[in-house]
Amino acid sequence: MKINSELQGAYVFSSGKNMGTFKAVGYPEDVGVFYKLEEYEGYCWIAHGRYPTNTPGWWGGAHPFTLLDWSIVHNGEISSYDANRRFIEMFGYKCTLQTDTEVITYIMDYLLRVQGLTLDEAASVVAAPFWSTIEDKTNLAEKEKYTFLRTLFASLLITGPFSIVLGFEGGLMALNDRLKLRSMVVGEKEDKVFIASEEAAIRTMEPDAQNIWAPAGGEPVIVKVKEGAF
Amino acid sequence: MSLEFIYPEFEVIRNTDRCITCRICERQCANEVHILNKEKGVMVADETKCINCQRCVSFCPTRALKIVKSDCTFRENANWQSNTIKEIYKQANSGGVLLSSMGNPNELPVYLDKILINASQVTNPPIDPLREPMETRVFLGKKPEKIERDKNGQLKCELPPQIELSVPIMFSAMSYGSISYNAHAALARAATELGILYNTGEGGLHEDFYVYGPNTIVQVASGRFGVHEDFLNAGAAIEIKMGQGAKPGIGGHLPGAKIVGDVSRTRMIPEGSDAISPAPHHDIYSIEDLRQLVFSLKEATEYKKPVIVKVAAVHNIAAIASGIARSGADIIAIDGLRGGTGAAPTRIRDNVGIPIELALAAVDQRLRDEGIRNNVSLVVGGSIRNAADVVKMIALGADACYIATAALLALGCHLCRTCQSGKCNWGIATQREDLVKRLNPDLGCKRLVNLITAWQQEIKELMGGMGINSIEALRGNRLMLRGIGLTNKELEILGIAHAGE
Repeated sequence: MKINSELQGAYVFSSGKNMGTFKAVGYPEDVGVFYKLEEYEGYCWIAHGRYPTNTPGWWGGAHPFTLLDWSIVHNGEISSYDANRRFIEMFGYKCTLQTDTEVITYIMDYLLRVQGLTLDEAASVVAAPFWSTIEDKTNLAEKEKYTFLRTLFASLLITGPFSIVLGFEGGLMALNDRLKLRSMVVGEKEDKVFIASEEAAIRTMEPDAQNIWAPAGGEPVIVKVKEGAF
Repeated sequence: MSLEFIYPEFEVIRNTDRCITCRICERQCANEVHILNKEKGVMVADETKCINCQRCVSFCPTRALKIVKSDCTFRENANWQSNTIKEIYKQANSGGVLLSSMGNPNELPVYLDKILINASQVTNPPIDPLREPMETRVFLGKKPEKIERDKNGQLKCELPPQIELSVPIMFSAMSYGSISYNAHAALARAATELGILYNTGEGGLHEDFYVYGPNTIVQVASGRFGVHEDFLNAGAAIEIKMGQGAKPGIGGHLPGAKIVGDVSRTRMIPEGSDAISPAPHHDIYSIEDLRQLVFSLKEATEYKKPVIVKVAAVHNIAAIASGIARSGADIIAIDGLRGGTGAAPTRIRDNVGIPIELALAAVDQRLRDEGIRNNVSLVVGGSIRNAADVVKMIALGADACYIATAALLALGCHLCRTCQSGKCNWGIATQREDLVKRLNPDLGCKRLVNLITAWQQEIKELMGGMGINSIEALRGNRLMLRGIGLTNKELEILGIAHAGE
């Protein structure tokens, strides 16, 4: 963070462990060939073809963002950006890339690593259930928990359309905004799980994918490889 | 005419073709402007007493009356304006300090009017509040810095005491004494119905209103009028009033004439004695002393009530707020230069303090720079006039807004700015029984509920336009604001970009 905000001529684009990032401007198939992706192996692959909407496309702005051992892909534009940014910057983070994705990465780092929330708890902060949903809950402990998290981390609620995939050591989490203003589909085939914006993308990777379903807005999909359970 | 004479500010224009000499105007005017000339059988007016409160105009059944500003003028120039000249005459007549009511009327910049709000187009969809959920609920109070878990790994969900508001608006402090019983009744009932809070001001809490306690902020001011243990425990929160936007640096003075009956009992002072609130709290001469009072109040209420510290927006407000945030206070309320009052020395009201927009922007940023913004909530007041003002304040960084003048307008106030006379024709700023009963608390409550409901709907519309469906995502979201016609320095302090950037 210090390098990116203070050092001239140097920029850190990726800073994780056991993680590689390949970014380029061009067609996805050419990028794959250029970086010789067939030479790599991994238990978790995150890819993103970006149509840069608000800024000119450049390779540095391509997803995923791989910062602080998180790898994050985000499709959407969050309307809560400055509320989130100004809150998270209190805790030593510096948003220098001027993208929503960066602030989401720092929010997840803060909630998961610094505060020690579980993935589910973190998801219920950034895509908090509506108050009416919380009030309707019959499980009192859950009601109390959601009210607590929403009140405590009010400024980390993310509004506006988003679907995000957060990769971490041992798995990933996919999440939609609470109104589900962006699409996201999940499919399975044997020990593999596929998550994409469109079912067509899953079918391209695995024509026989099963159990295709669309998670509800704010409902996190958590996949962990080491524990083997989905 | 003599040297003391000041030509009346207003003219009473009576259409004699319409006037039916029903004498309603005469009965409605507590200032005794209208009188029947029995010889001629016509109504006449003594305009020297008219304050243009519009009471007679509103009640004239034939619309025979209008009040206009007199065009009789001094030979004004840009420097010596009519008001300036009149004030000199008045002071030369009386030898006294000039008193005024309501907020600063001068042409100072209203930054709220120079800020524009964003909306979504194409890349990010606006949200329709009529079709989608749109949340305006807020919790005010200290938020812990770190979560804790029990030995089973479950989250410990206890929070320090919070105030819950259905919409981030509260009725600001107005004491029982400065306003009437019926005005208080209307505010208390409306706050209860709306799921928000009203504020007792510094005059204690009338026993009839303890029932509205969950929607009441009880105030402890420098005079400590009406403060006792039951009072402190009656409300949802306790406010320590250190200052007021209309009169920073001075106390208050409720004339003995208003200390009658229930007002005297509620304030716990003898009838007819002046209620003088000193400029400082005599037990607070430093930030350490404030901390002691905060914790004394918390002790008295078993740490069940959040404590608000209310200060006027003055030059060094960022540092002051930072100190208060460390004093144990749960909420800081800041009252700006344009805030109203039932009576303040004119010179102080018109010249002391800074606009609330700049104060809020500076305080919010300072608390964030110090990493303690989540330790306190910020409430701002000082002429919040409509829903757009609320949205702009929240986006600048406020958790909630205080309104008072707007609430009084809803109750019938016509901003004649003569509260200090105690002869409020609308039954608001008066203790005269015949005048108080003119304000129907049921109707007043209904009108307040209407006002806030309308504002809430407008807030939702504005939020939806920005693609924001919960008010917490708007708080401090300064990217949603742009300045118009502001200097670089003003933009820098407000922390916003200029329109077009």
